[in-house]
Amino acid sequence: MIPEFGHYALILALCVSLIQGVLPLVGAHQGRREWLMLARPAAQTVFLLLGIAFAILAWSFYVNDFSVLYVAEHSNSQLPVVYRLGAVWGGHEGSLLLWVFLLSTWTIMVAQLSKALDEFMVARVIGVLGLVISGLLLFVLTTSNPFMRLFPAAQDGRSLNPLLQDPGLVFHPPMLYMGYVGFSVAFAFAIASLLSGRLDAAWARWSRPWTTAAWIFLTLGIALGSWWAYYELGWGGWWFWDPVENASFIPWLVGTALLHSLAVTEKRGGFKSWTVLLAITAFSLSLLGTFLVRSGVLTSVHAFATDPRRGIFILIFLTLVVGSSLGLYAWRAPKSSLGGKFSLSSRETFILLGNVFLVVSAGSVLLGTLYPLLIDALHLGKISVGPPYFNSVFVPIMIPLLVLMGIGPWTSWKNSDLLVVIKRLWLAGLAAVLAGISIPLMMGEFTWLAGLGFLLAFWVIASGCLQIIRQAKAGKPTRSFIGMQVAHLGIAVFVIGVTMVGAYQEEKDVRMSAGETVSVGGYQIRLQDVNLVPGPNYQAMRGTFLLTKNGITQATLYPEKRNYFSSTMPMTEAAIDTGLTRDIYVSLGEELPDKSWAVRVYYKPFVDWIWGGCLLMALGGILAISDKRYRIQLKKQAS
Amino acid sequence: MKSRHKRALIIVAALVVIGVAALLILNALNSNIALYVTPSEVAAGKAPQGQAFRIGGMVKDGSLRRDGLTVHFVITDLVKDIPVAYTGILPDLFKEGKGAVIQGRMNTNGEFIASEVLAKHDENYMPPEAKHALEQAQKNGSNK
Repeated sequence: MIPEFGHYALILALCVSLIQGVLPLVGAHQGRREWLMLARPAAQTVFLLLGIAFAILAWSFYVNDFSVLYVAEHSNSQLPVVYRLGAVWGGHEGSLLLWVFLLSTWTIMVAQLSKALDEFMVARVIGVLGLVISGLLLFVLTTSNPFMRLFPAAQDGRSLNPLLQDPGLVFHPPMLYMGYVGFSVAFAFAIASLLSGRLDAAWARWSRPWTTAAWIFLTLGIALGSWWAYYELGWGGWWFWDPVENASFIPWLVGTALLHSLAVTEKRGGFKSWTVLLAITAFSLSLLGTFLVRSGVLTSVHAFATDPRRGIFILIFLTLVVGSSLGLYAWRAPKSSLGGKFSLSSRETFILLGNVFLVVSAGSVLLGTLYPLLIDALHLGKISVGPPYFNSVFVPIMIPLLVLMGIGPWTSWKNSDLLVVIKRLWLAGLAAVLAGISIPLMMGEFTWLAGLGFLLAFWVIASGCLQIIRQAKAGKPTRSFIGMQVAHLGIAVFVIGVTMVGAYQEEKDVRMSAGETVSVGGYQIRLQDVNLVPGPNYQAMRGTFLLTKNGITQATLYPEKRNYFSSTMPMTEAAIDTGLTRDIYVSLGEELPDKSWAVRVYYKPFVDWIWGGCLLMALGGILAISDKRYRIQLKKQAS
Repeated sequence: MKSRHKRALIIVAALVVIGVAALLILNALNSNIALYVTPSEVAAGKAPQGQAFRIGGMVKDGSLRRDGLTVHFVITDLVKDIPVAYTGILPDLFKEGKGAVIQGRMNTNGEFIASEVLAKHDENYMPPEAKHALEQAQKNGSNK
């Protein structure tokens, strides 16, 4: 009976979200105040109903209700409780419910935190979000109902894919979705302002912290996914240009461009149409990402079982959203595109150039991701576009962007003297060149690519440090200034990690028997033995490896090869010794006929800096939205 | 500088960026695309020469043979068989009788030297390219 309540809650939520979507928008158009007033209560009701539905689904997992098809397909009575709860979003239906639930969470956050905003604007924003929610709920109810019953009930569930039985899974999807879905707020603000015809600095001021918040979640979500692939999938890489990774990365690139463009709109009133276009694009790309992942048109680790109806529904929804918002844009967007006057050597120009690079790189990734689909759809054959394409296109576009990053923050709005900037920056340039030459030499091998990587990273770091010192001398720097510097520093840290791994990692696949030693990156790894070890819902072959350097023991590593009882597929569980300057990564392949083992050993210098850089970027975002001006705004609202 | 000129300059700069990117993209697409080929097409000599490509199909039952770290197996669309050699650790889901996609080149002895073996992460999942290869082969077989 309880799952049916969940189903009813979803149906009710759809009805109320239609009210939330239609009445406030019509009310704002016709000036009917009583209709506007419906926006907040409707949004709260939708949130409550979706919360109930979500809790019921989680409950069904908790009590192992295998009469619910979705539970039977993704859980198992032997599955530990934590993973049973993580399994709520371990499949298609549940993860979509999570999507909608998070969207509604963002909506009530907006409703709560924007009381100081003009009520017409708030009603429009909530209305647009309501329309998006109802579209997605319709999708959930017609094609992917998580409360579908299974009759007769299954004896036991099919269990969660062993790959997903990991703490990383519990956090990765909610984080990523918070980001994806969060761009809907920027989108709703953009549409609302187009509808009202009031595209002004106030609009940018309001949507900026929301965009930053979404961007923070997306950054963390992508980083978590990358880290998870690194240690759990047993691949040892941190990014594979897998179509689904790209589907989350493209909105990130456009979202990053949007953040910067919003700054110009807020401070200088410029780039209005461009900012609106970016907001629409970022959200559309988030939807496209959902379409690519959920429809199963792409083959990747993330593709769940496919159902063509789903793909068609999302495609129609996507067309409606993109078509109507671009139509509205063409009709209402302000005609003067660049806004306030600025000279060529101004911060506006640098941000604009940075935006162009970000958008072009997003376009190139999008093209590489969609190209195989396009070729297949035109019956020109089946192809795959691999990592070399993305590396050879994406990396060159990032080089000038990093150069700009060192200069842009030094310029002032409207007009600045580039000569003065260069005079202040020569020291940073010198430091960068020195780092670019000396670090590769210290690592033992000079390559141009490594030199370039360090040069750019240290260019950004040195420029940032110089500016922080300058600002600290001149007075107390604002949090949004520090936030910007920390985020840029994060990029530099990330670049260092990528460069180090790219140029100096060592990967070895070897055959090892007990007692044998292999050396990698100056470390010796000795296989002690391999034993059979029982787990809660699996059995594992566990290897014991001793990691030493110059005869001194550093760590003991226990990689496993697991066999889950509920599945015939084996699972590789790598063992990693993590350090600030290097990771040693050991994973067991298969047992060879002569009782020796195939073993994969990696030396990954500075690999954790990649995710550390992402954390710094997110921290920068958090600092930026905790800036004084937003806190004052909140306080004003509270009183 | 007049604002008209300024705008023109910015537009030109943007176009240059896009143009360079387009060149990079075209160049990269040209050299980094791997074509999917079915085992029957390989046997008919339709595989691209001197370029890496992908084969989708089934790993033939009983064909797996180990030689130290090197693995030899046969990939088939149930009509034509292609011998494959791969050095390294196979993915968890690689199994005889299951679908797989491999990337690499043909050597002069007619053996496919795989640089990458892709097996998807669900035991019941069949790569669409492998399925496509089997269907193609079946269709051609029934036409004859």
